[in-house]
Amino acid sequence: MNEIIDGFITAVILIVTLDPEVYEIAFRSIYITLTATIIASVISIPIAMYLAFHDFRGKMSLVNLIHTLYALPTVLIGLLVFLLLSRKGPLGFFGLLFTPGAMIIGQVILIIPILVGLTYSALTSLDPVVKDTIISLGADYLQFVMSILREVRFVIYAAIAMAFGRAISEVGAAIIIGGNIKGSTRVLTTAISLETSMGNIEFSMALGIILLFIALIVNFVMTAIRRGG
Amino acid sequence: MDVKKIALVLLLLLSVIFIAGCTGTDSDVGTPTATATAAPEGTNTAANPELLRIATTTSLDNTGLLEALQERFEKDHDVTLQIIAAGTGKALEYGQRGDVDVLMVHDRSREDTFIDDGYGINRRGIAYNYFMIVGPESDPAGIAGMTPEDALTAIYTTAETNPDVVFISRGDSSGTHAKEQAIWTSAGYDYETEVEGAGDWYVEGGQGMGATLNHANEKFAYTLSDSGTYLSYKTELDLVPLVDEGDSLLNVYSAMQINPEMFDYVNSEMAREWINFLITPETQEFIGGFGVDEYGQPLFFESRGNFEVMGITQAEAEVPISA
Repeated sequence: MNEIIDGFITAVILIVTLDPEVYEIAFRSIYITLTATIIASVISIPIAMYLAFHDFRGKMSLVNLIHTLYALPTVLIGLLVFLLLSRKGPLGFFGLLFTPGAMIIGQVILIIPILVGLTYSALTSLDPVVKDTIISLGADYLQFVMSILREVRFVIYAAIAMAFGRAISEVGAAIIIGGNIKGSTRVLTTAISLETSMGNIEFSMALGIILLFIALIVNFVMTAIRRGG
Repeated sequence: MDVKKIALVLLLLLSVIFIAGCTGTDSDVGTPTATATAAPEGTNTAANPELLRIATTTSLDNTGLLEALQERFEKDHDVTLQIIAAGTGKALEYGQRGDVDVLMVHDRSREDTFIDDGYGINRRGIAYNYFMIVGPESDPAGIAGMTPEDALTAIYTTAETNPDVVFISRGDSSGTHAKEQAIWTSAGYDYETEVEGAGDWYVEGGQGMGATLNHANEKFAYTLSDSGTYLSYKTELDLVPLVDEGDSLLNVYSAMQINPEMFDYVNSEMAREWINFLITPETQEFIGGFGVDEYGQPLFFESRGNFEVMGITQAEAEVPISA
């Protein structure tokens, strides 16, 4: 029990004294995950809209597949991206393996299914009357899209927050793709894993507290937007 | 408008992060957006001669030696070292795929194969120490003072009747795991058929050296460790060294370049400088003295002057690589 309390105290000291290594790792985590979340959102929301408003053969199978991919194991993504980006892989000539960029790619793949799936569900559960009303009011296509998005915006925010949370907290893909390189690809989760294995419990706890804190802030921002909207 | 508001919040967040990223000491953090959108420059080792990627065994990394060497090297060279700590097996795999520039490993026979296959060149022995079998002080299998082969045999035979006897293997095809297999073999066991899956007493941990020591400590189990990692973890552990003598316990660390003829983008020049740096008398003295203040004894012995002990030629220990 003492170990946990001591660890917690040291962790708090590391955090409030602005230990540069702790913050460097935390900022890198936020940077990588935020970039991935933005890229994934830009890709996912149009896909979800296309799925929701167009019919084509095999659509339901595709939707089922997307739902299945919610549970895509992160180590599998790690392996896939490793094989793609390794020098011997098809995209090896970019030299991306063991870089933050590669980790962003991994996270984008990880969260696209979540973003597409949740946005799609939100759009399809929308009352058809709303759709008809918007059209009958003479909206052009862009106005139609914007109005629909406006109707489901809270669900989309929640989906983005959830995707961000899944990406920033995963370790399996991060360690395979990034290699846990100090000063380059070491993020909160991989650092916690390493420091725990090295017995540096206090440092691990400081990083863990920050990770929790980030989740809290994301939630807080989402709630604030919802209230403000 | 909500969309505008959100865009504003996102923009603000982004700019904060960007500024934070750019003011960091690391050159790589500022560019991932570019790399994510598939711009090949920026993170490419070839386009960035100041980047050197090293795949290393976890034992060198877990002791803190590599970090100390990194600081010394980076001070005099315009280079950022990127250290990827993996087991020897994984490091060799990275090397075969051309994903790193330098390997620092400790498994002579697999290194030989790697070099024979044309992947590695210019190997230099950079340090050595010894493996040891560590375990709980109560020593339920009674192995203290035995030869390594006899000790493993004793563990094997007592484990059948005594549930307190547990052995944790790295189980990750690291150099330490390879050494363990070699000792099983010289003790007369067929590793794959007789040892692996022999029972609940034989645990394959699948983690790095430090994590494996912590694991063994939790389970009051035996494990094979390099002496450097054991010493640097000692204060956290209740485990004691029980077997530390025997020819089969020699542990030689090597550094080698990835063959630029195999992968033309590797940072061959800096790789050479790094290996030459490792075998200079000053660095060798530093390696030999590393940890003495903290642990009362060296974690590694210098290779300089000790090539005979290490079983390598003098050239492999002391002669710098020429361009």
